Amino acid sequence: MSEVLRGAFFLLFVRPVLLFMLGAHVRGRENLPVKGPAVIVANHNSHLDTMTILTMFPMRMLPLLRPVAAMDYFMRNGLMAWFATRIIGIIPIVRGGHAAGANPLAPCEDALDRGEILIIFPEGSRGEPEKLQQFKKGVAHLAKARPETPVHPLFMHGLGKALPKDSVFIVPFNCDVAVGEPFFWNGSIEVFMETLQARMTALASDLHVTPWD
Amino acid sequence: MSWISDFFSTPVHIAIGAIYALLILASIISFTFRKLNPGDAATELSKRVVSWWWMITVFTIAIVTNRVVSTVFLGLMAFLALKEYFSLIPTRRVDRTILLYAYLAIPVQFYLAHVGSFGLFMVFIPVWMFLFMPAAITLRGDTEGFLRAVGLLSWGLMITVFALSHTAMLLSFGNRLSYAAGPLLFLVALTELNDVAQFTWGKLFGRHKIIPKVSPKKTWEGFVGGVLTTAAVATFVGPYLTPMPMLWSAGAGALIACTGFLGDVTISACKRDLGVKDASSLIPGHGGILDRVDSLIYSAPVFYHLLHYFYGVWPAGMI
Repeated sequence: MSEVLRGAFFLLFVRPVLLFMLGAHVRGRENLPVKGPAVIVANHNSHLDTMTILTMFPMRMLPLLRPVAAMDYFMRNGLMAWFATRIIGIIPIVRGGHAAGANPLAPCEDALDRGEILIIFPEGSRGEPEKLQQFKKGVAHLAKARPETPVHPLFMHGLGKALPKDSVFIVPFNCDVAVGEPFFWNGSIEVFMETLQARMTALASDLHVTPWD
Repeated sequence: MSWISDFFSTPVHIAIGAIYALLILASIISFTFRKLNPGDAATELSKRVVSWWWMITVFTIAIVTNRVVSTVFLGLMAFLALKEYFSLIPTRRVDRTILLYAYLAIPVQFYLAHVGSFGLFMVFIPVWMFLFMPAAITLRGDTEGFLRAVGLLSWGLMITVFALSHTAMLLSFGNRLSYAAGPLLFLVALTELNDVAQFTWGKLFGRHKIIPKVSPKKTWEGFVGGVLTTAAVATFVGPYLTPMPMLWSAGAGALIACTGFLGDVTISACKRDLGVKDASSLIPGHGGILDRVDSLIYSAPVFYHLLHYFYGVWPAGMI
């Protein structure tokens, strides 16, 4: 039932609104995964980030796409939790969970084992719009646990202007998306994080980024 | 086959038929060129021709359906042009709300055009929005970059929304003259024809550059060839699509060609300053909406005023 609702929500609402208000221009679309399991690593500026990535895939792949999101933010109340897990399709994880001893990435590993495509924002939160924050290392631990899963870097510009944190209305802006070639776990957490950082910086430098201050 | 003769019963429909005939001819030329001379230039040309099919079809549906659909379509065109402009210019975070006000001016302006409220139509953006936006920016309390923000936002709203809304205002002549979408089709078809003609004449005979720093491909040969071609076509179609006789139509064609050129190079200067080649990549082979309507930005207001003040057609139900 919620699969149908999810499909209808994206087909009839999210896709038309995003097309009209944002009109994402995607470079390197051929680098997007065509099947799971896979991990998409993206920068995070806005709630529109998740929506934009979800609409870059054909509708039939929607059931495979699972954004990874913070449990404390999205599971605050029943309605929000229902919407986040059933309609957006998030996998909720505990922020800072490794301190408690359990593996906070277990739900993500299970999803990859089911052949799903994870969408991960390693900046952790949306932060200052259009400013790249320090990446957190969870994604590297996930790559280490599933070394055969491809990691696709994806950089977005403009969505933080359209709907920044703490804003309630969308101001239309064209946005740019650049998708890079996938890479794999390469032996150490530090080297993996350096590779990821370098890939994202390279993608960002390909886009025409207009000042926003 | 009576529906065919029904369809071609008005000058607008016959003109649309002729445009499609030209399009078929262009497709045959493009196809032959690609067969004889495959390469990047041929691919680019064929992308452009395919996009022309799309644009002409959408425009045709928009103008033959009814006036509400036409006006909404023209408003959407202005919206996309303004969105491209706002996405290219440097903006301040504090001005986000102001940008939203600018977007909200679009439905108001096109509604005023739709009801033929000429007085308000003429002052809403150049006076009201012009005064309101700097005041709203001031009340946000950040004076650093104030003048730049005011200049960028006001100019953008004028060139995209105000200038392009004259296309919708042209439809208000319809009720009075039973020409319906005639003047609009005349303006848009000749503006685009002039773009293509200036490009083609320039490619064939272009020698002397007009303003190499802004637009290195613009030549006097292309410009003169475009003006003559556009004026010649206008002479024959003007009497059918507009209330003007042949001589006035020829003048209107030449005016559309000259102002179209000015619009084209002005938007080129704007893009050059911003360091981009195209305003977006919405239309394959053409760039963005702003790249396609650049000539119309100048030709629409001037053609409107030619008809209204100098030829003396007044909008129906003017208030």
